[in-house]
Amino acid sequence: MGFPILSVIVFTPIIASLIILMIPADRKAEVRVAALAAAAFALVLSIWMYFSYDKAVAGYQFVEKHAWLPQLGISYQVGVDGMNAPLVLLTGIVMFTGVLISWKVDDRPREFFAFLFILATGVFGVFVAQDLFMLIFFYEIAVFPMYLLISIWGWKVTREYAAMKLTLYLFIGSVVALVGILAMYFTSGLGTFDMIAMEQAHFTVAFQKLVFPFVFFGFAVLGGIFPFHNWSPDGHVAAPTAVSMFHAGVLMKLGAFAALRVGIMLLPDGARFWMPWIIILTLVNVVYGAFIASVQSDFKYVIGFSSVSHMGLVAMGFATLNSQGMLGAGVQMFSHGVMTALFFAVVGMVYDQAHTREIPQLGGFRKLMPLVALAFIVGGLVSMGMPGFSGFIAEFPIFLGLWGSYPWIAIVAAISIVVTASYIIRVISRVFFGSLSPEFEGHIRDVTILDKVALVFLSGILIVLGVYPAIMVPLVQTGVQNIMRLLGGA
Amino acid sequence: MPLITNYLLTLILFTPLLAALIVMLLPGDQEKLIRWTAFVLSFVPLGFALVAWFSFKPNLPGFQFQEQHQWYAAINSSYHVGIDGLSLTMVLLTTLLTPLALLASFTIKDRVKTYMILFFLLEMGMLGVFLSLDLLIFFVFWEFGLVPMYFLINQWGSEKGEREIWGGRKVSARTYASFKFMIYTMAGSLGLLLAIQMIGSLTGTFDIPVLSRVIPTATGTFFGLPASTVKAIAFWAFAIAFAIKVPVWPFHTWLPDAHTEAPTAGSMILAGVLLKLGAYGFLRLVLPFYPEQAKYYAGVLAFLAVMAIIFGAFAAYGQSDFKRLVAYSSVNHMGFVVLGIAAAAYAMNTENATIALNGAVLQMFNHGLSAAGMFFLVGVIYDRTHTRDLNDYGGLFPLVPVYGGILIFTSMASLGLPGLAGFISEFLVVRGSWPIFTLYTALAMIGLFFTGAYILKGIKQVLHGPLNEHWVGHLPEINVREVFVIAPLMVLTLSIGVWPAWILNVINRAMMMLH
Repeated sequence: MGFPILSVIVFTPIIASLIILMIPADRKAEVRVAALAAAAFALVLSIWMYFSYDKAVAGYQFVEKHAWLPQLGISYQVGVDGMNAPLVLLTGIVMFTGVLISWKVDDRPREFFAFLFILATGVFGVFVAQDLFMLIFFYEIAVFPMYLLISIWGWKVTREYAAMKLTLYLFIGSVVALVGILAMYFTSGLGTFDMIAMEQAHFTVAFQKLVFPFVFFGFAVLGGIFPFHNWSPDGHVAAPTAVSMFHAGVLMKLGAFAALRVGIMLLPDGARFWMPWIIILTLVNVVYGAFIASVQSDFKYVIGFSSVSHMGLVAMGFATLNSQGMLGAGVQMFSHGVMTALFFAVVGMVYDQAHTREIPQLGGFRKLMPLVALAFIVGGLVSMGMPGFSGFIAEFPIFLGLWGSYPWIAIVAAISIVVTASYIIRVISRVFFGSLSPEFEGHIRDVTILDKVALVFLSGILIVLGVYPAIMVPLVQTGVQNIMRLLGGA
Repeated sequence: MPLITNYLLTLILFTPLLAALIVMLLPGDQEKLIRWTAFVLSFVPLGFALVAWFSFKPNLPGFQFQEQHQWYAAINSSYHVGIDGLSLTMVLLTTLLTPLALLASFTIKDRVKTYMILFFLLEMGMLGVFLSLDLLIFFVFWEFGLVPMYFLINQWGSEKGEREIWGGRKVSARTYASFKFMIYTMAGSLGLLLAIQMIGSLTGTFDIPVLSRVIPTATGTFFGLPASTVKAIAFWAFAIAFAIKVPVWPFHTWLPDAHTEAPTAGSMILAGVLLKLGAYGFLRLVLPFYPEQAKYYAGVLAFLAVMAIIFGAFAAYGQSDFKRLVAYSSVNHMGFVVLGIAAAAYAMNTENATIALNGAVLQMFNHGLSAAGMFFLVGVIYDRTHTRDLNDYGGLFPLVPVYGGILIFTSMASLGLPGLAGFISEFLVVRGSWPIFTLYTALAMIGLFFTGAYILKGIKQVLHGPLNEHWVGHLPEINVREVFVIAPLMVLTLSIGVWPAWILNVINRAMMMLH
């Protein structure tokens, strides 16, 4: 293995953020160009990595391993398989489009992009880490800049509250997870944090039952699992647009992915014991999240709660513990990431112009920003699981998995589809159609070309994946096989 | 030529998408160019459908022109398409009505480009349902067709009217109607989706021909329930989804709203093709998958069908809105389709069943012609008078003699006058159902009497009676473009009425194979 592509992807953002910090603060144009260049570079590398992954070989690829603190069994070890390769790509996509639509951030853009990129490094790092210590390390790197990004650049009304709430929630979650991880480290007796090695640790069933909730819930807090979800809508709403995109698009996947990678894959017996309970929680996420979203009057809260509902489907897919559910969850993480990034981008564009997010006050935006309306419709169709779009490709296997494991849950969860359709249609018809309020007449302009590029890029991905699932599904399947091997062999 | 015949169905299915892309590239302000391009392009799918029609061999069993390609290998769903006499008839109807609907849309002024694109997407969605032999692909197109229809009603629908929704908030009638259409159908499809998922999860395949063999013979227990119970639940999940689409009484309430508020061409397609999707679902999926359950519950279905026939006719008679009257007539006419299906389900594999099914499928085609024609004629007069209230018309025959003649012809086709298409199909349904459900069939024939009543009421209020002086000099005669829309429908109606063999040959074989 010659070129260390994963390391380059992981460290591109943080190096870029150092370079950006060296640019004088008043040279805003240079800051933006540098940020865009770095994001484009990371995106190209992620695409290259994604398409050069060899599905026939499967397993972990592009692996790099360097000793870091050998005395404690910690090494810098990265690699991708079918489960996290799409997530690395997702991060690249969200980072690139996030920079595009943050072009108009005028308040200290230098610091804004620097923090955003530190966050990006943390996210990339978690997805590719194969060492538990590294995973926790990057996880904290990802969470911390969030606090600053929200409390400095966020929505003035709730930013301090939301940033505090979010950070405390996530820190408590990660501390709980860390307790579990340390227990695993000391009990395994292997003296290593290497997750591949730990997969063979053969923890006793009693130990797994005890530790699993710590690890799973610790991480799942970031995945927005009920009843630990309520930091997330507040956080989404308070964050500036690009941060909301990162937050809902990528960070929530971080939680779900870590819960899978550490919880389910390392403690399969624990997972089997707890899943019948966890699936009830995820059902609450899915159905209750959809109902709450449908009664919000703030545009951004609608999307925030819809993320709670859709991330519930991811956790639900994991909780089926069968290959179809896992497959669906894997695709849903990617699909939801792109979709919700698109949603928050649209909300940001509307808010920037209208200075309100109250749905009853909005209306007729189709006339002023037709492409934004179209992009939101595409995202909305994905969200309601309309066939032909990526949401259907992701949700269908999740439901198939449910029918295999918990048929009654499938029937109840399906209610969310109609509820989702109703609130999405309501938002589309109230915000983008209908009559334009006279106060907006004249001083609302269409979005910039950069915004349009971001929207077309994101919607295009959702359609391509919906029409041609083979572009992602076989890859995720190889990752699922690995998980099923661990679940079956334990 | 082999290139065309090998991929014929794919060509039929995706040329509308291609047409949509071509229209998308046209400059938005060139309305005339967009209209004509769309109109001309809509003949391409029709051309391929005619190729299919003439190279189809009615005497071969099974599906023809089949294609199968991998699509979603992970869950064993493939892009599998094929046609038999049933789907071919429906494909012909769809591709035939689309150019006519586009020609009827030449009066659309607002965002012509988007309108035409949506129309082509709608056509693709409908064709996909008729062509697919994979349950998942079927569902994909089934749902996909909703989206363009929603926007057609919501954006280009009638601009008048308000409806109060809960909370006392007032919304425009088209917003109300389109929302109701979408949510009603999606909620109906929910059971279908769940049942499809259950079938996929239990059998591991979505292939319709395979499932038609596997499901009827499945025994044992699933989820701790006996196979027959599971199948009965799945039967109802399918049946309700399709019953909403047909629509069967009492699931019909979305229809009058959606039809009335939709733009003229939208109503033509809605009544002409979209309603047939539901009946097609019964024939393609419900009867082959659940023959026992269908037989067991056939009485219920027949009862609902008769209610649809009778109440549909009464409701139509009670309307003072011309378009609503025509909308309710669809409930009435589609009732005969369902009656035929129910009778056939009860007496599978008998001669009567085959006759009833032939009648049902022919009625689907005929109703497609006559309902599209009726909605178009309502649109023609509305464009001129800007009212749909029957009491505002009156005595218009002398002002618009050609229009009057066409309206009477089309109404008679709808009424089932012998010599026109509707008579043949309704007779076949009644002939086939009589020995099976004698009482219901007798009641349905009484319903037929009321059909006559509301149709004559429509004609009388519009054309006869004292002339409403208001319209003198303000009511131009039907123009050439409009005649070109209605003429093909009239020719087909007459030709089926006089010599039904050309189409029944194609249908009949498929109906004998169905069970």
